Amino acid sequence: MDKKSKNIISDPMVDNNPITKQVLGICSALAITVKMEQAVVMSLALAFVLVCSNVIISLLRKGIPGKIRIIVQLIVIASLVILADQILKAYLYDISKQLSVFVALIITNCIIMGRAEAFAMQNNYKDAMYDGLGNAIGYGSVLIIVATFRELLGSGTLFNYSIMPASIYLENGGWYVNNGLMLLAPGAFIILGLIIWVQRTYTHYIED
Amino acid sequence: MELLEHYLSLATKSIFIENILLSYFLGMCSFLAISKKIEASIGLGFAVIFVNGVTVPLNYIIKVYLLDEGALSWVGIPALATVDLSFLSFITFIATIAGMVQLVEMLLDKFSPALYNSLGIFLPLIAVNCSILGASLFMGERGYDFGESAVFGVSSGAGFALAIVSMAAIRFKLKYSNIPDGLKGLGITMILTGLLSMAYLSFSGINL
Repeated sequence: MDKKSKNIISDPMVDNNPITKQVLGICSALAITVKMEQAVVMSLALAFVLVCSNVIISLLRKGIPGKIRIIVQLIVIASLVILADQILKAYLYDISKQLSVFVALIITNCIIMGRAEAFAMQNNYKDAMYDGLGNAIGYGSVLIIVATFRELLGSGTLFNYSIMPASIYLENGGWYVNNGLMLLAPGAFIILGLIIWVQRTYTHYIED
Repeated sequence: MELLEHYLSLATKSIFIENILLSYFLGMCSFLAISKKIEASIGLGFAVIFVNGVTVPLNYIIKVYLLDEGALSWVGIPALATVDLSFLSFITFIATIAGMVQLVEMLLDKFSPALYNSLGIFLPLIAVNCSILGASLFMGERGYDFGESAVFGVSSGAGFALAIVSMAAIRFKLKYSNIPDGLKGLGITMILTGLLSMAYLSFSGINL
């Protein structure tokens, strides 16, 4: 792999992270981060759709008329999402039930449209594939960080295994109580806000 | 009378308690981008109410008469009576929304140029707003009937409008405050949204 493609993959991981810097795909980053399991499955589903849609749109880019490109992109993306949803329903039924409408909402996840429009329409399929991969990893890593905090602080578990020792809980005579706020919407907003703060301080990016 | 009460309770629930933006995180991308300006937020808010009010009942009709298992039995051909097209629902819903948005845009342009000028630029944005597709998908998942889906469409749009306008007002005041560099823009907006959603949580338990 040459230097340019390495750069295409690594840039969206930290410096140009789709969630914290480009502000794309926030909805799902907040909604399905209550449990690690869901976050991982969602990241994999998104990675599949993003890489495939980037490659397909990049291959089709010379044939798509400029005026109707949004609809063409939507159809490619929607078909891939249906595929991902059917696969999840077949092999991971329980998790797909918990993810409910959020798998379908990958269609309107701005990361996919954003990358298709900003990158895949101008570049060859190989670069588009690397770009998709890099953005999927950047997205997945933020999702997993948020989910780690929310599941650990909110239910005291990770991947459904208890991490917090049972003896410190209040009902067992200890002092510790799970923070229920983490499981609710405000916890997600605040954790993501703090992660954005850390990431932007690290990369010295200031929004005006 | 009972029906009216039922609709009223559904409307309160979807505007305040289960606000589509603050507790389901749908439509975050446009929420974060547009809430910088109050006028724009009001415009987008009304556009979402309008499009949601039209597309949710429309998608209900499509779902019940075309996509559900056995939905095609009204055609009268026995072979069609057992067809289940529900896996096509994502692509049909998004196509309906994109088509509807286009139609609404043309109608407004023809019959109400003043409204078109104020909503105009937001209408294309709405096709990829997750809260629109999300409302249609929730309608399917929760099994609303026609009246309920119309009420749900309008009131979830109203919930979105309320949230985005209040956020725009807060961000307007925020211009005069001294915020740490890394937290400027997106970071502080996320934390504020968390506080806003905490305020909305206090509505839970209200039952009309």
